[in-house]
Amino acid sequence: MSFMPYVPPEQLMKDRSEFAHKGIARGKSVIGLEYAGGILFIAENPSATLHKISEIYDRIAFAGVGKYSEFEDLRISGIRLADLRGYSYGREDVRARDLANAYSQALATIFTQQMKPYEVEILVAEVAEDGGHDEIYHVLFDGTVTDEHGYVAIGGHAEELTDAVKAAYQSGWDLSTAVRESAKALSTAEGREVEADALEAGVLDSARAARRKFRRLSEDEVAGLLTG
Amino acid sequence: MTEPTQPVGMIGANPSFFDLIRSSRPEALPMIDATAADLRLPHGTTVLGLKFAEGVVMAGDRRATSGNLVADAKIRKVFAADDRSAIAIAGAAGQAGEIVKLFQLELEHYEKITGDRLSLEGKANRLAQMIRGNLPAAMQGLVVVPLFGGFDERRGEGRIFYYDATGGRWEEDDYQTTGSGGLPAKNSLKKRWRLGLDRTTAIRIAAEALIDASEDDTATGGPDATRRIFPNVVVITADGAHDAPETEVAAAVEAVWGERSA
Repeated sequence: MSFMPYVPPEQLMKDRSEFAHKGIARGKSVIGLEYAGGILFIAENPSATLHKISEIYDRIAFAGVGKYSEFEDLRISGIRLADLRGYSYGREDVRARDLANAYSQALATIFTQQMKPYEVEILVAEVAEDGGHDEIYHVLFDGTVTDEHGYVAIGGHAEELTDAVKAAYQSGWDLSTAVRESAKALSTAEGREVEADALEAGVLDSARAARRKFRRLSEDEVAGLLTG
Repeated sequence: MTEPTQPVGMIGANPSFFDLIRSSRPEALPMIDATAADLRLPHGTTVLGLKFAEGVVMAGDRRATSGNLVADAKIRKVFAADDRSAIAIAGAAGQAGEIVKLFQLELEHYEKITGDRLSLEGKANRLAQMIRGNLPAAMQGLVVVPLFGGFDERRGEGRIFYYDATGGRWEEDDYQTTGSGGLPAKNSLKKRWRLGLDRTTAIRIAAEALIDASEDDTATGGPDATRRIFPNVVVITADGAHDAPETEVAAAVEAVWGERSA
């Protein structure tokens, strides 16, 4: 029988937390913000096909930073949860808050019980029905959930990025301003120009007539919004 | 995170919602094997699909019957499955509605998980497997026989598939009908259908076939101008799968009536 050396829980949590932080710090960042027509997720992503931003359900979108395989796992689990719930009950019963709670529980369990914590941070956003409030939830690798208002930045340069967005942010931006200001903030935080073709963006567009409000912005559309 | 059980050695996330619900909540599936044949459950009757120049028109009458009674005069039997395909179902109405709902979710779930839409061929195959899953219920009289039509983006053309209760699947070149009034509807289409029809004509001959079916089959409901009950028509082209507006369908029906009363 082998004996594990005693490690105080404080030390254990601190080590795991540092490990996860380091993993996330190596990666790119994502901005989530409310604009006049809904919610925008935007990130620097050199890949055009391996997405950081995606659709979960009719009014709900997801963004992840850190280790791709891990936030991809969370994304798929989220879609499964949402589709199962919508099928078993009703489509309007699928809510971002429930999803954020489910992610929080799962990540907290992984953080304390698995060999290593997930090196991820995620955003779950829900665009409001007429007259309601948009919701953006930020879930950390240890399961901590926060409810964000207006804007939020996560990932490698989260602090610099938050400062840059905070300095510019005004509620009621149109999409073009939101994309342009976000691109500027990403460049400021990275300390270099982030090219238009390296931007990945998706919106929950409340004006969209279709049931599914999520829409990926094409490279051309992003380029157009940046110049317009 | 919990994965549905997969055989050892299989990798990748299963993009099927049908498999997911079968493994996690089987009781929510519409698949039943109880002896339900003696229950007088509502049945939907005539649906059809035909190709035209830009894609496919799918149409169905609005009546559901339960024995000799009209269970519902305004039921819907043709549905957009996603934005490039539609499904039209005749047979046990309750089962049919559930299978449509499940099929729509299957396509949406696949698209969200993988980031790609299924090919039309893939959708048609998936539907065959789901119909086969309903076979125990079909053996008890709850037969569900769909038509599936869509725009094949890879080939740039509309395609129509039809099925039997065992999940057998065939592709049709021009038009197809199914349901209790399927035979008179098909005979009607046989006389009227031509290669490369325009949209207006395609909707008119679809309406005419349904009117013919309603004259020969008591379970098929004819259009009703007084109560404004007109066939459901879904048109699928490269631009998407959309319901034809009621005014357009009403105009088609009135054109057929006009021809016949003259």
